[in-house]
Amino acid sequence: MADTPLLHLQKVRKVFPGVLALDEVDFSARRGEIHAIMGENGAGKSTLIKVLTGAYPRDGGRMLLDGAEISPRSPQEAQRLGISTVYQEVNLIPSLSVAENIFLGRQPTRWGRIDWRKIRRCSQAALERLDLSIDVGRQLSSYSIAIQQMVAIARAIDISARLLILDEPTSSLDANEVQRLFAVMRKLRDEGMAIIFVSHFLDQIYAVTDRITVLRNGRLIGEYPTAQLSRQDLIARMMGRELADLDVQLQQEKSGDEASRDQRLFPSPGTPGEGQGGGRVPAPAPSPALPRSTGGGSKKPSSTFSDTQSILQARGLGRTGSIQPFDLQISAGEVIGLAGLLGSGRSEMARLLFGIDVADSGDIEIGGRKLIFRHPRQAIALGLAFCPEDRKTSGIIPELSIRENIVLALQARGGLFKSLSRSRQDEIATGYIKALGIVTPSAEQSIANLSGGNQQKAILARWLAADPRLLILDEPTRGIDVGAKAEIQKLVLSLCRQGTAIVFISSELEEVVRVSDRVLVLRDRALVGQLRGAAISEQAIMQTIAQDRPAEVAQ
Amino acid sequence: MKKLRLDQRHVPLAATLVVCVLLYVLTGFQYPSFFSPLVLADLFSDNARLGIAALGSTFVILSGGIDLSVASVMALATMFMAAAVERFHLHPAIAIVFTLLVGSGVGYLNGALIHFFDLPPFLVTLATLFLARGCCFLISMSPVAAESPFFQSFGEAGLHLGTITLHLGTIVFAGVAIACIYAAHFTRFGRTVYAMGGNEQAARLMGLPVGKTKILVYVFGGLTAALAGIMAMANIPSGDPLNYLGQELDVIAAVVIGGTVLTGGVGYLAGTVLGVLILGIMQDFITFGNRDAAWTQITTGLLLFVFVAMQTILSRWKPRARNSIVGRPLLPSPGTPGEG
Amino acid sequence: MSEQNTLEYAATAPAFGRLHLWGKLLWPALALAILLAIDGICIRGFFSVSIVQGRLTGTLVDIFRYGAPVTVLSVGMTFVLATGGVDLSVGAIMALAGAIAAKAAMPASLNGMGMSPGAGIAIALLVSVLAGMWNGMSVAWLGMQPIVATLVLMVAGRGIARLCIGAANVPLSGTIWTALHNPHLTLPTAPIIVLVVAIIAGLLTRATSIGLFIEALGGNPVASRYAGVRVGLITFMVYVFCGLCAGIAGIISSADVMIANASSTGMYMELDAILAVVIGGTALTGGRFSLIGSLIGALLIQTLQTTLIYKVPIQQTLVIKAIVVLAVCLLQSAEFRRKSVAVCARIGLSRTRKAAAQVAS
Repeated sequence: MADTPLLHLQKVRKVFPGVLALDEVDFSARRGEIHAIMGENGAGKSTLIKVLTGAYPRDGGRMLLDGAEISPRSPQEAQRLGISTVYQEVNLIPSLSVAENIFLGRQPTRWGRIDWRKIRRCSQAALERLDLSIDVGRQLSSYSIAIQQMVAIARAIDISARLLILDEPTSSLDANEVQRLFAVMRKLRDEGMAIIFVSHFLDQIYAVTDRITVLRNGRLIGEYPTAQLSRQDLIARMMGRELADLDVQLQQEKSGDEASRDQRLFPSPGTPGEGQGGGRVPAPAPSPALPRSTGGGSKKPSSTFSDTQSILQARGLGRTGSIQPFDLQISAGEVIGLAGLLGSGRSEMARLLFGIDVADSGDIEIGGRKLIFRHPRQAIALGLAFCPEDRKTSGIIPELSIRENIVLALQARGGLFKSLSRSRQDEIATGYIKALGIVTPSAEQSIANLSGGNQQKAILARWLAADPRLLILDEPTRGIDVGAKAEIQKLVLSLCRQGTAIVFISSELEEVVRVSDRVLVLRDRALVGQLRGAAISEQAIMQTIAQDRPAEVAQ
Repeated sequence: MKKLRLDQRHVPLAATLVVCVLLYVLTGFQYPSFFSPLVLADLFSDNARLGIAALGSTFVILSGGIDLSVASVMALATMFMAAAVERFHLHPAIAIVFTLLVGSGVGYLNGALIHFFDLPPFLVTLATLFLARGCCFLISMSPVAAESPFFQSFGEAGLHLGTITLHLGTIVFAGVAIACIYAAHFTRFGRTVYAMGGNEQAARLMGLPVGKTKILVYVFGGLTAALAGIMAMANIPSGDPLNYLGQELDVIAAVVIGGTVLTGGVGYLAGTVLGVLILGIMQDFITFGNRDAAWTQITTGLLLFVFVAMQTILSRWKPRARNSIVGRPLLPSPGTPGEG
Repeated sequence: MSEQNTLEYAATAPAFGRLHLWGKLLWPALALAILLAIDGICIRGFFSVSIVQGRLTGTLVDIFRYGAPVTVLSVGMTFVLATGGVDLSVGAIMALAGAIAAKAAMPASLNGMGMSPGAGIAIALLVSVLAGMWNGMSVAWLGMQPIVATLVLMVAGRGIARLCIGAANVPLSGTIWTALHNPHLTLPTAPIIVLVVAIIAGLLTRATSIGLFIEALGGNPVASRYAGVRVGLITFMVYVFCGLCAGIAGIISSADVMIANASSTGMYMELDAILAVVIGGTALTGGRFSLIGSLIGALLIQTLQTTLIYKVPIQQTLVIKAIVVLAVCLLQSAEFRRKSVAVCARIGLSRTRKAAAQVAS
C-alpha cells in the first residue's frame, strides 16, 4: 500500500437548498486497498460518491488525484481522469452483446468500419482480467445480474484503471455470486487498484474491506482499519450512540414503568428534545379525538395479549431475492416494531404483508382463511393499510387536493359507484386535518404544496379514514420535524389503545423502542431476532443486529 | 463479419423469415401464376416505395421513438416533384435535391422538437403529419400530373436482364437497404441508435451522443420518406395531395412485422425488408384473388396486433431479468405496476 | 403559517386543488372570446342567427352543428388522456359506425341486413362499444402501450368498414337519419345529443367516485394501486366509453352529409379530439381533467375551422391546426418554458449590459 493516497478529499462541502449534505469531509482512497464508506440514511454517502464521480459539483474543499487538483464536472470527465463507477442498477444496454457493451462509444475501427473481431478479442481479454470467461457474443440480458456487474466492472477498468467505485453492488446477488465478486475485487486490489466499496451488508464489509470511513449527518466520524473496528463500535458510530450512554439509558428504562414511558412521550418542557436543535416540544395534550373514535380512552394493560385476538398470522412467508421466509403473528392492539439497518428487508416484509409483492413461499392467515395477497386491494378489503416509505412516488397524488388524497382509500374500498357525499368528505378531511395538525389554509389545497411532514400526515389520514385493523407504517416520521414526530407517535399509541394493530418501521431506534410492544430485528434480508416487553432497548437491538453469525445473504 | 448465432435476438428475425417464405409458398400454391420471376421482380418494385421509407423509419423506432408523419412526407415529396418539374420547370435533378431537402427539413423539425423540448414523439410527428398533409394541399388542391418526358424515362429506367427488368425503384431499394444494414452494424451512429433504444439513460451515462443521434434519425426518416415519394413517381407519375391518405401505419407495420420491437433497441434492418415483402405478398394474395382491397387494411392491422402482442407478452414474461428492455415508452401506459 | 391545530377557512385565501383548474380554463375561454370577437368584426353577419323555415340558421348555429362530432369525441378522449393514455382509433371507429349503420339498414338484396335504420344505428353503437373494449383489453389486460394498441384499430377499423360498404359513398335514408340531419325542429339535434352525452359523462364521473379514480390513476398509478383503486378496470372503462363516443360521433358525422363512407368519415379527427382536450386544460401526461375545458377546446377548434373556411380550403386548415398543436405542446412543455425563460433572461441581461455600457461611456 502506497503512502500517498491516490485520491484525497480535503474538507469537501456540498450544500443543497436548506441542507448541508457534506460538512468539511476528509476522505482518502489508497492504491491497493478496498475502502468502505458507511453511514445510515442522510449520512451523506451517496452525495460523497456523486461528488467523487463528478455528478455533483462540490461547493468547497479540494479534490486531489495523485497530488494534482481535479474538479470533474461530469461522470465522463471523471472517467477520463481515471475514476469509474459501477452502480447497483447496471448502467449498460441489456439488449446488446457483452462485447459491445464493453466497447460502446469507443469501438475500434478499421478503414472506417467497426472492427468486430477486435472488439470480441479485446472484450474477452478484459473479462479474463476478472477471471471470467463467457461467451461475449451473447446478449447481456441473458446473463445474471452478477455477471452483468462483472461486465460493467470490466468496462470501467478497461476505460480507466485507477480508482473503481462500487456502489451497492451486492444487493441483488446470492452468496456464491458475492464470493465471486469479492475474489475479483481482491485480485484488482492486489494489482494495485484503489477500490471504494459502498454497502449496507455488515458481514460483507468485514469480509472484504481493508479500511472503513464512517459518515453521519454529513460529517466524517472517522476512518478506521477494518480489523481494528468491532461491529458494535461500527454500528454505534453509524447510529450515533456511544455504548456508555446506552448503558445509562438502559438503567433508566429498567427502573421505569409505564409512567416514565409516557413521560418520554409527553416530556415536560425542561427535557431536551432530539438532537437536531429545536427542542420545541408540544405541551402534554390529551390524546387527539379522531373522527371515528369509538370512545373509550382507558389505558390498555401493558402486557396481556393472551386474550386479545390474533389479527394476522404469517407462516413461512418469503420471496426470493426480497426476504427470507419468516413467521409473524400480530394481535389486536399490538405495536410491532421492525428494526434493522438500511437494506435489511423491513420494507420488503411490509410489502409482502400488504400484497404489493407476491410471496413465493408461505401464506397468511386472516380470520381463519389462509391466502396469499396478489394485489393490495385484497389486503385492504381484509382491513390492512399501508403507509409507504416514499410518499412522493408511492403515496401522494400530487395534483389532487388534500381532501381527495385523504378520502381516496375509503372511496376505493367503497367501489366505483358509491361515492361519499361532498359534505361527508369535507367532514372527514377537516376532521383529520384538525386531529393530526396538518398545516394548511384549506382542505382544497393541492397536496403537493404541503411540507413533507404534512404530506405524511395526510397519507396517514388516508388510511385512518379507512378504519383499518392493521396499519403498517414504513418510516412515518422520516423528514418530519420534532413536534410532528411526537404527535405521530402519540397517535400510534392511541390507535393501538383502540384496538388497531400497528407494524411500525423506523430507522430511528429510539422511536421503535418507545412505541413497540414487540420488536422484530432484521439483518441482511432475514428475521434474526425478536424482543419483547422489558427486553426491548436500543442496546439490545443493536446487539441482535451485530451478532457475529455467518452471513445469511438473500438468495 | 459477425458470425450468425441463433441467440434470442435472432428469433424474431427467423420467425419473420419463416412467415415470409410460408406466405410466398402459400400464395404460389393458391395462384400458380404467382411463381413467376416477373411477379417477383414486380414484388420488389411495387414495394420499393414502402421499403425505402420503412428502412428509414426502422432507425427511428430502433432508437425508441416513432414517426407517424412518413406517409404525409411521401405525399409532400410527390407534390414537390410534380410541381417543381411541371409548374416551375426546374431541372429534375434540382427538383430531386430540393425534395430531399424538404423531407430532411421536416425530419429535422421532428427531431429538434422532440429532443430540445422533450416533447413526446408521437404527438410531434402526429402534428407534422397534419402539417405536411396540409402543405400538400397548399401546393395544389388537385392532382398534378407529371407528364414531362423526365418522368416517362424515370418510369422505364432499369436494368434489363433478359425477360425481367429490375426497375430503378428496386435498385434504389436494394441500395438503400445495403446502406442501412451497413450503417446499423458497422458505424458508431448505428450502434448508438441501438444503445439509445435499449436504455437511453445508460447510453447517456456512457457518454454516447444521444441528442445528436436522436435528431439525426428523424432527419434520416424524413429523407427516406422523401426518397420514397420520389421513387413512387416512377410507378404513378402524379402528385396527388390525397396520396397515401390512410396508409400512415403501413410503414410502422412493416417495421414491426419485420421484428423490430416498438420500444426500441432490438431489431434488424434486414427484418424490415422481410416485413415489407410480407405486406407485399399479402397484398398480391388479395389482388390475385380479386378480393376487396379492404382486406389489406384488416390483415395489416391483425398482423401488427399479433406481432406487438407477442412482443409485449414476451417482454413481460421475461422473468427475473430485471434489466430487460426498458426503453422510453411512447406514451406512458396506465396501470403498469411500478415499484415505488 | 400558524402552527395551531385549528383549521381556518380564510375567506380570502386562494382555493387550490379543483378550483385551480377553473383558472386554467381562463386561457381557452379567453382565446375563444377573442376569436369570436375577431370573427364578429371581420366577417359580416357572423353573429346573425335567424329562423328560416322553422329552423335555426346562422354561422354560430353551424359551429355548434358541425362541431358536434369533435365535441363528443373530445368528451371520450378526455378520460383516456386523463389516465395517461391515448386513443388514435376514434376516427376509424367513426367510419366503422357509419358503415355498420348503413349496412344493417340495406335490404337483403344488396347484402344488407334489412333492418330498420334505427336498429342499424343501435347495432353500430354496439359495435363501437366492442371496438372500445378491444382497445381497453389490449391496454389494460395485455399491457400494450396505448398508442400501439389503438393504432391497430386505426388501421383495421377502416378496413372492416370498407368490407361492409365498399369504397364508395353509401347514401343514408330513413326518418331517423333525416331527423338527425335536418329535423323539423328549431334546434339542431346533433348538439343536443352531444350535450346530453356530456352531461351524462359529467354525472358519471363527478357524482360517483369514478372521476376521482381516473384523476388519481393518471396522477400517480402506483400510489393509486396501493390505495386500492382498481386501476385495470378503470383503464378498461375509459377506452370503452371513448369507443362509444366515437360511435356516436360517427353517426352524427354521417348524418351531416347523409352519406356513409369508409375512408373519409372521421379522417384525421383524432388529432382534433386530442387538441381539444389538451387546450381545455387536461395534460397529456394524465391527471386532472376538465370536461368543460374539453368542450371549450372543441368549440375553439370548430370556430377556428369555420373562420378559416372563409378564406382557406378546409384541407389547408390542417397546417394551421398542426401549428396550434405544436404551440400548445410547447407551452405545456416544462423544458420549453425553462429554455425560453433562459433565453429571455439572456436577452434582458445583454440589453442591460448594453445600456450600462452606454451609460458608462
